[in-house]
Amino acid sequence: MSWKMLALKKSPWVFHVNTGACNNCDIEIVNCLTPKFDVERFGIKLVGSPRHADALLVTGAVTRQALPRLREVYLQIPKPCVVFVIGACACGTGIFHTGYHIEGPVDKVIREIDPEAIIAYVPGCPPKPEAIISGVLQALSIL
Amino acid sequence: MNQQELNNKLAQIKDRLIDIEQKASNRIFLLCEAQNNFDVNKFLFEDVGARFVIATGIDGEDCFEVLYHYSYDQTGCMITIKAFIRDREQPKIQSIAPFLPGAEWIEREIHDLFGIDFPGHPDMRRLILADDWPQGVYPLRKDTSRTKPPTSAFVPGKACGQLGRTIEGVESSREVKE
Amino acid sequence: MRREMKKPVLVVGPMHPLQEEMECFHLTVDGEKVTDIDMRISYNHRGIEGISETLQFDQVPFLVSRVCGICSASHPLAYVQAVEEIAGVTPPDRALYVRTIINELERIHSHALWVGLAGHFIGYDTVFMWAWKYREPVLDLLEEITGNRNNYGNVKVGGCREDIPDELIPKMLKDLDEIEKKMDMLIKAVLDDPIIHARLKGVGILSKEDAIRYAVAGPTARGSGLAIDVRRDDPYAAYDDLDWNVITRPEGDVFAKAVVRLLEILESIKIIRQAAKKLPDGPVAIQVKEIPPGEGTGRAEAPRGETFHYVRSDGGNRPVRHKVRAPSFVNVPSFKASCIGSDIADVTITLAAVDPCYSCTERLAVVESKDHKVICDGEELIKLSREKTARLRGSKG
Repeated sequence: MSWKMLALKKSPWVFHVNTGACNNCDIEIVNCLTPKFDVERFGIKLVGSPRHADALLVTGAVTRQALPRLREVYLQIPKPCVVFVIGACACGTGIFHTGYHIEGPVDKVIREIDPEAIIAYVPGCPPKPEAIISGVLQALSIL
Repeated sequence: MNQQELNNKLAQIKDRLIDIEQKASNRIFLLCEAQNNFDVNKFLFEDVGARFVIATGIDGEDCFEVLYHYSYDQTGCMITIKAFIRDREQPKIQSIAPFLPGAEWIEREIHDLFGIDFPGHPDMRRLILADDWPQGVYPLRKDTSRTKPPTSAFVPGKACGQLGRTIEGVESSREVKE
Repeated sequence: MRREMKKPVLVVGPMHPLQEEMECFHLTVDGEKVTDIDMRISYNHRGIEGISETLQFDQVPFLVSRVCGICSASHPLAYVQAVEEIAGVTPPDRALYVRTIINELERIHSHALWVGLAGHFIGYDTVFMWAWKYREPVLDLLEEITGNRNNYGNVKVGGCREDIPDELIPKMLKDLDEIEKKMDMLIKAVLDDPIIHARLKGVGILSKEDAIRYAVAGPTARGSGLAIDVRRDDPYAAYDDLDWNVITRPEGDVFAKAVVRLLEILESIKIIRQAAKKLPDGPVAIQVKEIPPGEGTGRAEAPRGETFHYVRSDGGNRPVRHKVRAPSFVNVPSFKASCIGSDIADVTITLAAVDPCYSCTERLAVVESKDHKVICDGEELIKLSREKTARLRGSKG
């Protein structure tokens, strides 16, 4: 495996994007930083710019207004990068699949601009912080 | 005012209304035509002192309806003004935003979703539909097709940085470097 | 806000990791003061009212509890109250008490979340970590009762889907004692700090007249002297059987809103204790077979303010029209009154003070009105806010 990928697995810096979610998944992601779950012991950090990130955490069934922004952010992240799709809405639009303003799910949106994208799914509504951490670490261990 | 005094006060505006419906002791509906709507709203907000809650647009059977919901907090009574807009081709109703700034956003939203015009509104811009949603397609009307309009083509670099087009007449100055 | 001439504007991408929602603010400034503010929303519009018309009456509570993650008990409650009004049914007393307990537990953890975020914006990361750590026991308690930390899915038309087992009540009361101790400590730490006083007092004032004109609700209104609370004005669930106070403050600034929220946490604990002790026996739901034609309105006091739902039925099994009004829809536009005239460094905390469903102060772009240059973006605005706190700390010694 390439040395870039090896470096990414050790301490991935993640960038979080909300593409129109109810914020539950986002609150659970921020919960991962708090003392009870403390994800920084794995070296995982939330960064403020996609240019600094190794991985992308996406929540929300992609709304029409958020669609080009999500693609833009994906293009700005240096490759190789891993996309973690968190929550039922992002994995498969969840309960919003008949909405007129919904263009998701996330993997369809990203594969349209990059068919080789590496995508990992953490379903749940919302997934508990333990599930998010477990999903992220499991995905990294098999890459 | 207690509930009986409130009922008496509401009877003062009866000449502008089609009817007053009392569904329960604390649920009152005032039915009126679109042209009287402004006066009835002003009466409720300024004379009665009720608190504006929200407005609802409805595509009814034979006409559009705009419901203005008010809450009279001293008695917990919900007073709803039901304004009927009979003209289906060019529905319009006078905006109440000039004396009630809290209604600005909801009138913009009803305009986006139903196509109802609000003459007198200070700032009628698109509020909740996406930038590339086609003009003239009103999602909550009953006769709108259920097929989603296609999204605009993705142009890398155009999305985030340049989307200063969110406010009409404002250009963006920065190119997002790819 | 009218723009006669074209101004360059930078729309920034998703910036700060702690502001999750995509919303875009544009501030026009003159020196250090904000002269105008505008906002673009739409990123979060999922067309829920349209989806509601395709679902059946008993499926809609699951949809509306996902309107907002942190008010996920208030929205379904307001909706089922509207439908129960159409059907003319009243749920059994036990259901009313169970609904009260769950709503108040949600209020506690939502206010604690806000305290943490407010602390983060003004540079008190310890407050952020503490507040989020001490809200975890509340989430664990909710998980024991309903099965999920959020999105409880516990209300249905006619009552509640699941009961609170009687064996759980003593444990719940014991957990509440622990939670109260920690919350008390947090509240005292926040309210006694002189730097927080200096930073939040007099900032982002929303006068009572503006609060009425913008039709705000919840702690945003109660912090400006407007004593409105749906739980007292139009009682629902079990609130008129219990003894509690409405907390109001007249000042209208960010500190007043913080005080209202913090003291409401203690009131909520008081309400839950009473409800748990008075929980009546009996069934927790009744069967509702049909919804006749008609219209109904339902209201609930969410942590952010009054949630209002309007439902119209034509006798079928789907709603003909379902209007959802979240409290943030009326609270957020009030920034026009509270932000204009304040300093740039205070904008983040003023916008956060209305508690806009998570905190939508990301995507801030500041435009200098004279020479049309962009000065700073969202992250820099938070940095400005924290620097102001540091300056105040230095001057107080």
